[in-house]
Amino acid sequence: MQTQTTGKVRGIIANLVTIEVDGPVAQNEICFIHLADTRLMAEVIRVSGKSVSAQVFESTRGLRVGDHVTFAGHMLEVQLGPGLLSSNYDGLQNNLTTMDGVFLKRGEYTDPLDREKTWDFKPLVRTGDTVTAGDWLGEVMEGWLVHRIMVPFVMTGTYSVEKITVEGSYTVDETVAVLKDEKGTSIPVTMVQRWPVKRAITAYKQKPRPYKVMETGVRTIDTFNPIAEGGTGFIPGPFGSGKTVLQHAIAKQAEADIIMVAACGERANEVVEIFTEFPKLIDARTGRHLMERTTIICNTSNMPVAAREASVYTAMTLCEYYRAMGHRALLLADSTSRWAQALREMSNRMEELPGQDAFPMDLPAIISSFYARAGIVELNNGELGSVTFIGTVSPAGGNLKEPVTESTQKATRCFYALSQNRADRKRYPAIDPMDSYSKYLEYPEIIKYYEEKLGPEWIDSIWEGKNYVRRGKEAYEQINILGDDGVPLEYHINYWKSELIDFIILQQDAFDSIDASTPMERQQYMYTKIIEVCRQAFEFEDFEECSAFFKRLINIFRQMNYSEYMSEEFKRYETDIEELLSQKVQA
Amino acid sequence: MAQAFQRIYTRLEGITKATVALNAQRVMNDELATVDGRLAQVVKISGDLVTLQVFGGTEGIATNSEVVFFGEAPSLHVSDDLSGRFFDAYGRPIDGGPEVEGEHREIGGPSVNPYRRIQPSQIIPTGIAGIDLNNTLVSGQKIPFFADPDQPYNQVMATVALRADVDKIILGGMGLTNDDYLFFRQTFENAGKLSRIISFVNTTDDPPVERLLIPDMALTAAEYFAVDKNEKVLVLLTDMTLYADALSIVSNRMDQIPSKDSMPGSLYSDLAKIYEKAVQLPSGGSITIIAVTTLSGGDITHAIPDNTGYITEGQLFLRHDTDTGKVIVDPFRSLSRLKQLVIGKQTREDHNHVMNTAIRLYADAADAKTKLENGFDLSDYDLRALDFAKEYSFQLLSIDVNINVTEMLERTWKLFAKYFTKEELSIREDLVEKYYGN
Repeated sequence: MQTQTTGKVRGIIANLVTIEVDGPVAQNEICFIHLADTRLMAEVIRVSGKSVSAQVFESTRGLRVGDHVTFAGHMLEVQLGPGLLSSNYDGLQNNLTTMDGVFLKRGEYTDPLDREKTWDFKPLVRTGDTVTAGDWLGEVMEGWLVHRIMVPFVMTGTYSVEKITVEGSYTVDETVAVLKDEKGTSIPVTMVQRWPVKRAITAYKQKPRPYKVMETGVRTIDTFNPIAEGGTGFIPGPFGSGKTVLQHAIAKQAEADIIMVAACGERANEVVEIFTEFPKLIDARTGRHLMERTTIICNTSNMPVAAREASVYTAMTLCEYYRAMGHRALLLADSTSRWAQALREMSNRMEELPGQDAFPMDLPAIISSFYARAGIVELNNGELGSVTFIGTVSPAGGNLKEPVTESTQKATRCFYALSQNRADRKRYPAIDPMDSYSKYLEYPEIIKYYEEKLGPEWIDSIWEGKNYVRRGKEAYEQINILGDDGVPLEYHINYWKSELIDFIILQQDAFDSIDASTPMERQQYMYTKIIEVCRQAFEFEDFEECSAFFKRLINIFRQMNYSEYMSEEFKRYETDIEELLSQKVQA
Repeated sequence: MAQAFQRIYTRLEGITKATVALNAQRVMNDELATVDGRLAQVVKISGDLVTLQVFGGTEGIATNSEVVFFGEAPSLHVSDDLSGRFFDAYGRPIDGGPEVEGEHREIGGPSVNPYRRIQPSQIIPTGIAGIDLNNTLVSGQKIPFFADPDQPYNQVMATVALRADVDKIILGGMGLTNDDYLFFRQTFENAGKLSRIISFVNTTDDPPVERLLIPDMALTAAEYFAVDKNEKVLVLLTDMTLYADALSIVSNRMDQIPSKDSMPGSLYSDLAKIYEKAVQLPSGGSITIIAVTTLSGGDITHAIPDNTGYITEGQLFLRHDTDTGKVIVDPFRSLSRLKQLVIGKQTREDHNHVMNTAIRLYADAADAKTKLENGFDLSDYDLRALDFAKEYSFQLLSIDVNINVTEMLERTWKLFAKYFTKEELSIREDLVEKYYGN
């Protein structure tokens, strides 16, 4: 047993503190700086001889040289156990709900889990069973969700179950099982375990390539550039292009068991919107309130910068924990640029040689290893669990040629570029159909999945649709240069076909109760209809007749989007469309 | 500032244009001091070597200058007596009045727990249709004017402040010209509302680094009235670009590596710390921030407006409209992110539809104008759209408009009826029946 390392503050610049230590310290170890009657949490980020640099997760106002520091002997950890779901945490997993007062108090750390509450535990193993890290020992109901109590992830090697408690009510800290290691040592296990957030939880058998699609209800994503369950995607866009509205739409509608919202360095009022609305809104798939499947990790832009970096790791770790129970978790991080900026601030204070735009040199490596933690996994017992990760990026000046966007683009498989031009023209969601892509469309596993689920033509029709959009864009440019009369009529028809796809499939009204979310069945129905129209040859007198015709067509299709699927109204509009089409389609 | 805490040193080890360094013990981070009588703050401690940022600049400071440490961070005396007073960046009266007595409160205090905030829901009417109709302000919002230096942003801001239904107005002036300072003072005085206005002013005559204290001073006063007194407080910050420039001066003197546009890497966090003080509190008190960020040649990709745009809840653009000769609030580039929380709820049901349709028609006019410039023929619709745009700009977008929201809606409906058919509006049918041509 080693004695606790302590130290004294030697230097302070903003939230970077140098400490002289009297014993061993580890990189990323947590320490506490004693200031009057509070303790400020900090993380070791550089060690050089007896001098240690630490980033403080709080304001360092009032700190002096000589202040006492104690080292915790572990990295930044979270507590994992029942009660995480529907909680509101800060970046260090302090429960925001149980904090006193209107203002955040420096050095106030609240318990992430309720220690008094009891959970109805049901054992899943028997005495004598052999188990390894991540195996399910029992389960409790966390609201509607089955929450598995697992062999702690830190326990390497194999164990035998010496004792498992009987079914009954227990608090999280009561021993529910005793495991015996190979040397015969007994280890008591409770419902709570701890895990260092910067390490990935790998207590699973294997991580296959993603092979199924995660529905988001957002047509331009699901139909044109789908994201796989366990996949990665990112949304870069200048301010005002609708990043947050899009992320909130995905949070509301995505086909996942658990949504982890990491509000990383963004506006507090946006989190307040989730706090206010999610407990009221109903999840269309399950009929439950959205808050019942949501956990919020909130480190808004005015909260301490170092904890901003911690917040994305905390959120990822909670997702991995639920993945190990066999659940589908979706992590939404808004915005990863703020996280990168937090890294930049620290790197700058440590006087490291800067990379591009003064970001740290290892930024691409940090981003890619973080995105690599997502994925669908096969657990030891053969069950599947997944973490899907969509991050937003806030590129400086809206210019995508900057380090965070470029690094993220290399690390992710889906790219949803928000275009200022589309946002200006109120074409929401402003995802640019040409610049954006989903690599999953090329995965043989996904192609096969689509063949089985939506039929053999589906994938081809996606490429066909994208081609109509591309052709329309080219036609539009020509029309702009040469004038309406200066181009063949065919150009106008191509342009309007792409507008049809844009208005009916790509654009979606996030504030309309019906249009906001489109299930896949409806998406397939509408998209197939639109593609059929695009395949037709049309006859028009002139371009004015052409644009008038398509405007009418778009208007009726739009009414369809606003109507209940397969309702009387919906079908009536469908008949109107057929009638209109029959007038102009070439025999 | 009790004498017992003061510690005095008389030997400086280094001097730059904005900082001094000396050997001192038991110094606190962020602690306030004076160097040769000038206020300074601890910004870096390395062993016994302490670096102080001297707000007034270091011209003429000698190595044997007296340095006095106060044992506390910069602070402000807060009480109801702040009302109607003018202060400098250190919170000292500049209006000839007495020092303010009251609780001693550190500036730049902690943030509100996001879970304790409530969703903003009260409109702040200004009478300006470009704002109330298209970019409605909401109590607890933070929003800047993005304006070129030649635009009358301070005048518009003063107008907004005086018309807004709030309990206190707090002006934080950074790098104000003396003329602008006097303009604000006279405008407030003439309006007879001086008693509910508090000003913290740093003029162009004052050292630029002092500006760094202004927003924190103004917001500490704002928090006193909003949190302790449950009042609705409006904070005006002008000009935040000069604030950011001061940040870059200091970071440069401290040998920090600059990021985009020579701004410090922490610019986003520095600005967010100020703007995020805007809040709606459950007790009814609120802080609303209206700021000015001057642009250089309308470039919003520069680091200062860019970072600001990511932090604030929208932005207001002013533009000279050549067709009408008026200064208007640009309907395309302006945005209020919180408007959805009040329009159609605190205003009439047709607000959202009228707003969107008018802007769409205004955009059609812009397209028609381009067509005209490119030598293409204009259709009848194009001509009508152009006429509509001119009247819309004159009667509604112009900043000299002062009417209530219902009047704005009615005025717009009149223009709709004058220039467009019902079909061309494509507004929900029941609303058209109710308001078109009535």
